[in-house]
Parts: sequence; structure tokens; C-alpha cells
Amino acid sequence: MDRIPILKMGPFLLVTIQVDLYDRLALSLENDLITMVSNTGARGVLIDISAVNIVDSFMGRILGNIASMSRIMDAETVVVGMQPAVAITLVELGLTLQGVHTALNVEKGMDLLYDKTDLLTTQQQEENEEELDDYND
Amino acid sequence: MTKDTMQIVREQDVVPFRNRVRELSTKIGMSLVNQTKLITAASELVRNMLKYANGGKIILEIISKSGQSGVRLTFIDEGPGIENIAQAMQDGFSTGRSLGLGLPGAKRLVNEFDIKSVVGAGTTVTVTHWKHGR
Repeated sequence: MDRIPILKMGPFLLVTIQVDLYDRLALSLENDLITMVSNTGARGVLIDISAVNIVDSFMGRILGNIASMSRIMDAETVVVGMQPAVAITLVELGLTLQGVHTALNVEKGMDLLYDKTDLLTTQQQEENEEELDDYND
Repeated sequence: MTKDTMQIVREQDVVPFRNRVRELSTKIGMSLVNQTKLITAASELVRNMLKYANGGKIILEIISKSGQSGVRLTFIDEGPGIENIAQAMQDGFSTGRSLGLGLPGAKRLVNEFDIKSVVGAGTTVTVTHWKHGR
């Protein structure tokens, strides 16, 4: 059976959806992600949908479910890369993606996750250490 | 004009059906936004059909009216039918624990929407989306 790969990147999980999701694939992604959050203690989930052409209410509900489940497990969810045509369609369809954070692209999504989870990026950590070193000198 | 029929009996039929709708709308030069709206509406309707009527058939055609072409999809099922269409067309109403956006959402996404249902006999939904989307 097909599976959508989930990558671990520091404190976060990263998912890139590259195929049109059919229902069973979407449901197994939901399940796999929550299991991964539990096993890794991830603090955030980033889902890139830049290759997704269609988000219907079923798919929207899956994204919402992932966000709600992650939240009760202390992880934030950010959906990034939505195509303009998909955004226009979602609004007209009436789907609000409640509880899901969104960002324009992966880079901004990662920033948002660090922000939402009060974690420091590796760059910020290095800067902090430098400051601390300066202080100690 | 192009006209074909697709049988939808399982969930795996949804993606090929959406691809076929994309092919037809690309063929008449529909813009990406209009294509996305039509395919999303089609996706909602085909899901309804599977969920409430265990599938059915869809007629896909390219039509033309006063020089403008469009895509028309007719969803025909022999399911239980809809008792109260007005209620089913309300946002947030669902008998199937979903978001209740399927029918009203699909209606908002396409240019023309028609629904007929006979309890115990089945439901037919016809949607039309024009190339320039009006």
C-alpha cells in the first residue's frame, strides 16, 4: 500500500504531499502522523501541500483532524504551499480549516512553528551562545 | 461534442474521475481557478454519491451555448434519495457526520446546479461550469 513519508527534522515532523490524496491514503497519513508525534515527542507538524491540486471538504477535514489531534498532544500544525486556485476554491466552498495554522511556504512555515512552540532555531541558539560567551568574557 | 459515462462504485474511482474532469476542462481552455472550482465541486458530489448511494454513474459532456463552451456533469444514483432537499442544501447539515459542505459548497462553486431526488428511487445532480465561469 502507498504511504506518504514523514520526515523528522529536529523537534518537528515534515510531510510533503506529492500525490492526489485518495481517502484511504489520507486516513493512513492522519494515523501515521499522530503515531509519529507520540513516538518522537515532536512539537510541530509541517504539511506541504504545494503539489496538491484539489482540497475538498474531506481532505479539509483530515487536515483539521490532524491539527486537533496534534494540539492535544502538544504539537502545532502548519499547512504551507497552498496554490492560489485552491485557496480561492476553499473560501467559496466554505471550508475554514479551523485550528490549522497556514504559511505561504516551507521556510515561513518553519519560522511560524518555532514561533508557536517557543523553541529557538539553531541559528538563534548559536547567537545566544555567542552572547553568553561574550558575557562570560 | 464529447460525451462519456463513468461508473463510480468504489473510492478508488474518485481520482480517475477527477482526472477526466480536468482533461475535459483543459480541452476547452478553462482557467486554472475555474478548473479547480469545478473539480472540487465534482469531488464533493462523487463522494456524496459513494457515501449515501454506494456509487452510481456520471455523464461527462462538453456543451456549448451562445458561443461559449462548458463542462456538464450529471451524477445519477439509485440510492435512498433525499427526503428534504431544502435542508440538505443548508450549510452544515449532514446526516453522515461530515462537515455538511458537500451539496451547498458544490453549488457555490459551479455556474449552474440542479438537483432532483425521489425518495426510494435515487438522486440526480447536474452541474455546469462555463469556460469563463459565468
